[in-house]
Amino acid sequence: MADVIKKATRESYGEALAELSNEYPDLIVLDADLAAATKTGIFKKACPERFFDCGIAEANMMGVAAGIASTGKKVFASSFAMFAAGRAFEIVRNSIGYPHLNVKIGATHAGISVGEDGATHQCNEDIALMRTIPGMTIINPADDVEAKAAVKAALDFEGPVYMRFGRLAVPVFNDKETYKFELGKGVQLRDGNDVTIIATGLMVNEALIAAETLASEGIKARVINIHTIKPLDKDIVIKAAQETGVIVTAEEHSVIGGLGGAVAETVTESCPVPVIKVGVNDVFGHSGPAVDLLKEFGLCAENIVAKVKEAVKLKK
Amino acid sequence: MDQTLKKQLEITACKVRMGIIEGVFNAKSGHPGGSLSVADLLTYLYFHKMHVDPKNPKMADRDRLVLSKGHTAPALYSVLAQRGFFEVDELKTLRKIGSRLQGHPDMKHIPGVDMSTGSLGQGISAACGIALSGKISCDNYKVYAVLGDGEIEEGQVWEAAMFAAHNKLDNLVAIVDNNGLQIDGKITEVCSPMPITDKFEAFGWHVITMNAHDFNDIERAFDEAEKINGQPVAIIQKSVKGKGVSFMENQVGWHGTAPNAEQYEQAMSELKAQLEKLEG
Repeated sequence: MADVIKKATRESYGEALAELSNEYPDLIVLDADLAAATKTGIFKKACPERFFDCGIAEANMMGVAAGIASTGKKVFASSFAMFAAGRAFEIVRNSIGYPHLNVKIGATHAGISVGEDGATHQCNEDIALMRTIPGMTIINPADDVEAKAAVKAALDFEGPVYMRFGRLAVPVFNDKETYKFELGKGVQLRDGNDVTIIATGLMVNEALIAAETLASEGIKARVINIHTIKPLDKDIVIKAAQETGVIVTAEEHSVIGGLGGAVAETVTESCPVPVIKVGVNDVFGHSGPAVDLLKEFGLCAENIVAKVKEAVKLKK
Repeated sequence: MDQTLKKQLEITACKVRMGIIEGVFNAKSGHPGGSLSVADLLTYLYFHKMHVDPKNPKMADRDRLVLSKGHTAPALYSVLAQRGFFEVDELKTLRKIGSRLQGHPDMKHIPGVDMSTGSLGQGISAACGIALSGKISCDNYKVYAVLGDGEIEEGQVWEAAMFAAHNKLDNLVAIVDNNGLQIDGKITEVCSPMPITDKFEAFGWHVITMNAHDFNDIERAFDEAEKINGQPVAIIQKSVKGKGVSFMENQVGWHGTAPNAEQYEQAMSELKAQLEKLEG
């Protein structure tokens, strides 16, 4: 196998903001004392006059973003997922979500792959929280190519968007020459009719590896990448349920309320089939190297393979 | 202040108070006490100070007002109606199903409302964002944020206070309605936010105190605010909760209670008498 290029989607986020700064002259970027980590520092270097550090005050930052958006400018507000979706939840709901203001939230360091910082910073609940806000769009890109395209798509979209980026460098599997991002559309990456693996974020690459392993054992798995968790591409999910009869979801997020929850809610209403979830099983994380934690918490191809084998037995 | 203007503002403020009572009475719920305490302030701003156009409520260069103490929406709605943003009669639909006049301000549907508020402590941050945006693009509009004295117990207010001073938002004026009462009692007994003046000064704001119910003094305060460069201005207005309706004045119980039919009649007859005296 050729050398796989790895890159953290937070890097893609910061680079995309800087690269798009000329095309969007009214783009303002806010951060809360984490510009070096969220990578908005790259934008700050390119456009210092359009970057504002709000200090360690995420609640105020979200309100400031709402105010800026109300005047017609484009704005990104950035912090770690834990603070953007967690600490500032009610401001995001009431000051951004309720008036449906055009604020983009760039939330980095999502999930268990934060690593050594441990449970206080490993946010496995952000998708669930954001999904409950009416009118909130949620994008969780899988690699560098998708992340950069998603930032541009979010800027071209009118309305609040929550974007989830990771700290860990992950394989770049999309081809930037041919890749097209369509907001709200799932992407079928591999065909198969025995089972469907629906994955998001860094678990998409793991799902592809799992599908390869399963194929060698005679199980043909369809693989779908859901980068837009809300609004969910219900058509692609229902089609998968109808054609493959069983679904395994994979996400670096709690099994409660995330992609697995969204998929389960969709199929139970339209085409009930078993939905098995690979995710963080309603527990807190802990400190350790990100790669080791992902394995420990079952957020890896091996666990997807194991869960798929259980899942296909449930098919009627 | 010119005496004719002063009288006109007093007449309008009295009509605004009548609109507050009308709305809250018909809704059978709402917050009359704090609405009455900001009635003069909002009248002054919308009828004298602010550059707004009821026919063009989204006008780009308009001055903005964020009612951070969003529960006193009846006062904002009543002022907006008097100013011509919508019909005064619509105030009777306050809080009812199908009405635009939500329990707390809704910028998406009510003409003249510049920010959706209601969850305390949030409006001041949005006001900072509007002010910052104006600075970035060298717009000339002013931003007014109205806070309650109980509201400033919210930590977010002080995050915003820090941000406004750091960014030298001298196009922002925050008015703290210091009526001394919050739901559970006197602010000094619940969890005192005092001293308010010293706090804002310590956060880098220029602070002015004013009598909330004297248009001469209101004018003096805003004239002073106008002259301040390089820092945001906080006006601490000493007010009377329930101002203008005798039995509601300084009564904590009238924070979030609607008058019954008898109390409504009494309140309206008091306000009508005040209006007749002013117009007399």
